[in-house]
Amino acid sequence: MRALAEERGAAALDVRGLTVAYGARVALREVSLSLPVGELLGLVGPNGSGKTTLIRAVSGVVAPQAGGVSLDGDDALRLSPKEVALRVAVVPQNPHLPPAFTALELVLMGRTPHLKLLQGEGQADLRAARDAMLATDTWELAGRRIGELSGGERQRLLVARALAQETPLLLLDEPTAHLDVGHQAATLRLMARLCRSEGKAVLAAVHDLTLAAQFCHRLVMLHQGRVIADGAPGSVLTRERLRQVYGASLHVLSHPVTGRPVLAPDGDAQ
Amino acid sequence: MNVLRRSPALDAAEPPAPPEAGAVAALGRFPWPRFLLATMALLGAVTLGVAVGPASIPLDATARIVLSRLPGVEMAESVPLLWRDIIWEVRLPRVLLAGLTGAVLAMAGATYQGVFRNPLADPYLIGVATGAALGATIVIVTEAPHSWHGLSVLPMAAFAGAVVSVVVVYSVARVGNTLPATTLILAGVAVASLSTGVTTFLMLRDTTHTLSVFAVVLGSFNTASWGEVIWTLPYVVPAAVVILAHGRILNVLSLDEEQARQLGIDPERVKLLLLGVASLATAAAVAVAGTIGFVGLIVPHAVRLIWGSDNRQLLPMSILFGAIFLILADIAARTVDQPSEVPVGIITAVCGVPFFLYLLRRARVGSFW
Repeated sequence: MRALAEERGAAALDVRGLTVAYGARVALREVSLSLPVGELLGLVGPNGSGKTTLIRAVSGVVAPQAGGVSLDGDDALRLSPKEVALRVAVVPQNPHLPPAFTALELVLMGRTPHLKLLQGEGQADLRAARDAMLATDTWELAGRRIGELSGGERQRLLVARALAQETPLLLLDEPTAHLDVGHQAATLRLMARLCRSEGKAVLAAVHDLTLAAQFCHRLVMLHQGRVIADGAPGSVLTRERLRQVYGASLHVLSHPVTGRPVLAPDGDAQ
Repeated sequence: MNVLRRSPALDAAEPPAPPEAGAVAALGRFPWPRFLLATMALLGAVTLGVAVGPASIPLDATARIVLSRLPGVEMAESVPLLWRDIIWEVRLPRVLLAGLTGAVLAMAGATYQGVFRNPLADPYLIGVATGAALGATIVIVTEAPHSWHGLSVLPMAAFAGAVVSVVVVYSVARVGNTLPATTLILAGVAVASLSTGVTTFLMLRDTTHTLSVFAVVLGSFNTASWGEVIWTLPYVVPAAVVILAHGRILNVLSLDEEQARQLGIDPERVKLLLLGVASLATAAAVAVAGTIGFVGLIVPHAVRLIWGSDNRQLLPMSILFGAIFLILADIAARTVDQPSEVPVGIITAVCGVPFFLYLLRRARVGSFW
């Protein structure tokens, strides 16, 4: 599928003029963005700016009022749920997880689109789940019940489940929200590495702008359902734009090693 | 997956085994020993059910009578004809019908619990069984033709009643995208009271059919015959095949609908299919055996408490233990108050209520869903 997309020259994800409304409330207005193969794209913006809605629309959970979504050059709206799930894996933000299932059973659910109705998980599925759990530092949790795990452990299991799905495109909704600083960096570093050496494409909604700026190749900023900036982290995260979008006064510093933007609030200095 | 293999955690030649390696090794393998033991327990229950009754017939005579039904075997020449009739025409169909009904109710309960993501769902509590009883009652009191193009009308009317109930309860209890336990049970109990009220009214108004309606309401196997066993099968067997095939999908549905969809499942389509076949099987069971409460609640929960929530095990084990439970309950129903018979629904309620109260108590401490 990956080779096919490259052959066609299609982007892993192409969103054109997407408009989504929940009843009268318009959550996304004519959003367009393109995600090439091998890129880690950070989706940023304040609460309620439409990040989660974009992820839900791309994964087929909500139907758009207007516009279109292409996955590897295929019109996503014409694909069955199973065909979409073979192309896109999602790490949702606050999902319900059945507490009685084990961590490994949860990760194996990522293999659902690869299995026929009466087919059980085979060796290949167990291997995919194991590799995904080793990569996300969750393999030692395999036999534990989900109900006993911490928020951060569950979040890493959701990343593992998405990896076990073995899709060319990953959508992550706040994958680092419950993680400690070590696992925050490890998760985004893993995503960057998957893009680089496996040609995956990753779209990650990240709240922490400094964190997003360190690992993402490109940032797209949403504000009130529209794309208001799209480009390299340094060009998107300017003091002026942050004041306009977040209503916050932030200093944009330069990372001593990478030169990427690091944000610091003004503080209470008189 | 080159990158994943090169990740730091994997620098050691062999990946570390997780602490509960046994749980991992057991994955994906169906627990055949457990399943075979349960099947043997079911055979034991059937044997007991056939052996117990007011006429004391020795076990060896019973075995001869049953075995003689095999083609080319004749071992029952010395056995009295009356005994043959009691075993073959009375006890065996009764035991099989009780087993079939128990299996259906437990299977339907486990399915409703999975589809509604609610541990309290059960064909009786969510009003499906009482709706089916109302449908069957209407056919009985209006003396509608009992057969239509060779199909029995009674289960179809029961199915219509079951479907109306499940649609009403589901749409009333739904809050946004969720189905909270409290509203589901309240709506179910309300719909159940309504259909029971109407059923009772019809029964009292039309005294000529009181006894047959009474049998539907309270549940009983004392009119069981081979005919009933055979004509429930076309409803029950396809339903069981469809439900058992969806065990893994039901596990995925125990996540929320959004996640199920992102994993490639159309949740609404699967739910509709499973609710349909579970209600169909329930309706067939109610049409022959009446409303028997709590089997669909207690059996799947007992299985879940002992062996966990994986629907691929839960569904077949619930079927086996549902059959065992109702066969034993029926034995109790015809022996505790001899020579008269206690309706089997009373036995299951007496066993079911304490268990249900225990579940409520437990649910307050923490969900095991």
